[in-house]
Amino acid sequence: MSQNSEIDKNKEKSTSTHKIGIYLWIWGLLFVLSFFSYMVDWYQFQGLLRWSLILFFMFLKAGLIMAFFMHLFWERYALVNVLLWPMTAIACFVGLMVAEGKYTVFTRFIYFVLGE
Amino acid sequence: MSDSSFENLPKGWKSVPSDLGSDQTAFKGVQWGKAMMWIFLLSDTFIFSCFLISYMKGRASTVVDWPNTSQVFSLDFMGVPVPLLLIAIMTFVLITSSGTMALAVKYGYEKNKKMCGWFILATAIGGLTFVGMQAYEWSKLIHEGVRPWSNPFGAGQFGSYFFMITGFHGTHVSIGVIFLFIFARKVFRGDFDTGRRGFFTTMKSDYVSIEILGLYWHFVDLVWVFIFAFFYLW
Repeated sequence: MSQNSEIDKNKEKSTSTHKIGIYLWIWGLLFVLSFFSYMVDWYQFQGLLRWSLILFFMFLKAGLIMAFFMHLFWERYALVNVLLWPMTAIACFVGLMVAEGKYTVFTRFIYFVLGE
Repeated sequence: MSDSSFENLPKGWKSVPSDLGSDQTAFKGVQWGKAMMWIFLLSDTFIFSCFLISYMKGRASTVVDWPNTSQVFSLDFMGVPVPLLLIAIMTFVLITSSGTMALAVKYGYEKNKKMCGWFILATAIGGLTFVGMQAYEWSKLIHEGVRPWSNPFGAGQFGSYFFMITGFHGTHVSIGVIFLFIFARKVFRGDFDTGRRGFFTTMKSDYVSIEILGLYWHFVDLVWVFIFAFFYLW
């Protein structure tokens, strides 16, 4: 196949070089987002506001690092999918353990606290 | 990808079945070492996820109050306790080192030996600073009586999760620093221009190695983003 032989020629040659501006922008954004997430603690936000802000800044930072610093934005979908689908499984695991944790603390309250 | 040879291949979601079902190479334009590093990082993601999930479960199911991390990790600055000060500085140091690593990868692909080497060295020094501050944080907490089985601030599980999670992350940073120094030397010596064989793998290498090293380093930073959010801020 002509397509494959062309790829073979280019296989060892990685060409992902990008303008320096994009790295500096992402770098600056990461600083600003870290500062904001530190401010969540500084101003002692509580409850829903606290954890929704923490999660928002966390996912934004993680996304920026993965997409631009780790070059996933420029990779083909085959690699991106191989990485992202197992993380969906981890999210399911988190959901299961949230339910399990609620059940454990419920039984502990019944037998340790009320039982005494 | 900017590779011209990929322009004939399907793009978007259609590229997934066509790439994975194609001959020879599933991950087009990805050098094998880079694909291996990604798969290693995926397995590392599972390990860190298991630690953080068990921390979440432990914290959610204890009937004793969890220690107030904002106070536990406060640092006296000119006599005033500032909450999470050391952790904030550590976060900024690690992000800085991630940025210098990204620039090292960029200069590596431009075959700019000097800039690449210096930025790798800067990254290594950032990592060393981070590990140093973590050692200080550990000794401070141990001095205050935090143990894996008990602590004076609240639920006893706090110590075991803290030492396990930050310790495992710190190990990753330390290993990364060692490799950063090794690769800085290799870059300055011109190994990736001359194709000199590595002393351990005996294989020729080029500047893709710097991107692979960068992937590992960014992953260490990525894990810290999650630890910072879940362990220190939550």
